[in-house]
Amino acid sequence: MSLKRLSPIILPFATISCIFLAWAVLAAAHVYPSYAFPSPHAVGDAFLEEIRAGRLPNDIEASIYRVIIGFILAVAVALPLGLWMGMNLIARYALEPIINFFRALSPIAWIPFAILWFRIGDPAAIFLIFLAAVFPLTLAVVAAVANVPSVLFRVGADYGYTGIRMLTHVTLPAIVPQLTTALRINAGLAWVVLVAAEMVGCQSGLGYGIYDARNAERTDVVVAYMIVTGSLGMLIDWIIKRFTLFPSVRWGYDR
Amino acid sequence: MTDNALSIEHVSHGFGTVPVLHDVNLQVPTGEFVAIVGPSGCGKTTLLNVIAGHITPTTGKVERTGVLRTIYQTDGLFPWLTARQNIAMGFNGANSPTPKSAEVEGMLKLVGLSAFGDHFPHQLSGGMRQRVELARALSGKSDILLMDEPFSALDFQTRLRMRRELIRLLQEIPKTVIFVTHDIEEAVQLADRIVVLTDRPSTIQREIRVGVQHPRDPAEAEMLYLLNATLDALGLRDAATDIEALNVA
Repeated sequence: MSLKRLSPIILPFATISCIFLAWAVLAAAHVYPSYAFPSPHAVGDAFLEEIRAGRLPNDIEASIYRVIIGFILAVAVALPLGLWMGMNLIARYALEPIINFFRALSPIAWIPFAILWFRIGDPAAIFLIFLAAVFPLTLAVVAAVANVPSVLFRVGADYGYTGIRMLTHVTLPAIVPQLTTALRINAGLAWVVLVAAEMVGCQSGLGYGIYDARNAERTDVVVAYMIVTGSLGMLIDWIIKRFTLFPSVRWGYDR
Repeated sequence: MTDNALSIEHVSHGFGTVPVLHDVNLQVPTGEFVAIVGPSGCGKTTLLNVIAGHITPTTGKVERTGVLRTIYQTDGLFPWLTARQNIAMGFNGANSPTPKSAEVEGMLKLVGLSAFGDHFPHQLSGGMRQRVELARALSGKSDILLMDEPFSALDFQTRLRMRRELIRLLQEIPKTVIFVTHDIEEAVQLADRIVVLTDRPSTIQREIRVGVQHPRDPAEAEMLYLLNATLDALGLRDAATDIEALNVA
């Protein structure tokens, strides 16, 4: 294989290696005390310890479950709502400002109420993930519908599509590429919010794990959890990005 | 009266205080090919939208018989469907059952794209896309084709080829055609009748019948006369000679 084809694999690996090296050197130099700057070795040990104790797998499972449920709920609300607003000017005028308001409000601000309404646990975290994703997703769907060239609707009408069939056979396929991008961005957002939500609203999950380790002054565990959280976020993005390879999505990127 | 595919009577339309169409009258019998030409910005597209029913004219009456389909300059194909699926849509309409694959393959073959059935529009050249559009519009139940400068985004050679293609397809599958173009040569080459619009507010200032059989030789005397007559009507003919002096027909 040529260097050009290998470089997408080699170069990220090289970057990560450099960062690990710099990290190890800084830790060995004791610029900060080891509790404030745990070495890669200590983090590796902490990682194995958390896996053996079963805490890390449990926390991963709890977090993934919450983000999937919260995100699915957000899509289930945002997609029909956004389609409706995108095609109905009155609905758009009525709802767009308030949705924009809630989008601008950090979902973290809802934590007190999430706990009061749902108590500590899954529902509170799911509620916060839902709030993080539902408003920007709705606005993204509205924008995607507004961007569909009007000629496609005219063609649809020429060929007899009306009402719900116009929606399912013209509007929906036309927005799929933009929708996929919006799903990627908002899944990332939901994952970020999850960590914060779990720090206060849960007794399990990656966010709770970081919070709990910090309270126990186990910064090596904190870093191990940080690495896992970031990697899983990348994995989620990678999975959704796979959708852009489907022909029904790819046309939006290929031309 | 009843065998007219399209009837436009005393149609006037304006946007705000700007009058665009003024007392347009046009009867198009079934099977006729009418080209509409006019100065740029004269209201051709408005007239087309009135015919298609996208705009209700301020005054006047538009009557259509049968199913009307529009072919656009670019990007009228559904980009998420393959060439084959786009053509199948022509047979389907929204409500009829899935077409027999033989019918769809037949249309693909008719426009010379049998090898490209699985290609998406963005994978086809401009000329191929317009051929798929033609095949789709000609498929299934359609009576009137409304063509809005369908070849103007194509390069010159492809445009010439598409003219021939259109004539051939219409001989196989006859339709009533309303063809809007700014290309006078194209109008003379294709149409049974050329309708020349005036500047805005637009009305029909002249109708030129083209009685020449297909295939038409653009160098033929009668064709040259018709071309000059159209240019003359648009005020674009530079020669000082009287236009009727050219009329050998």
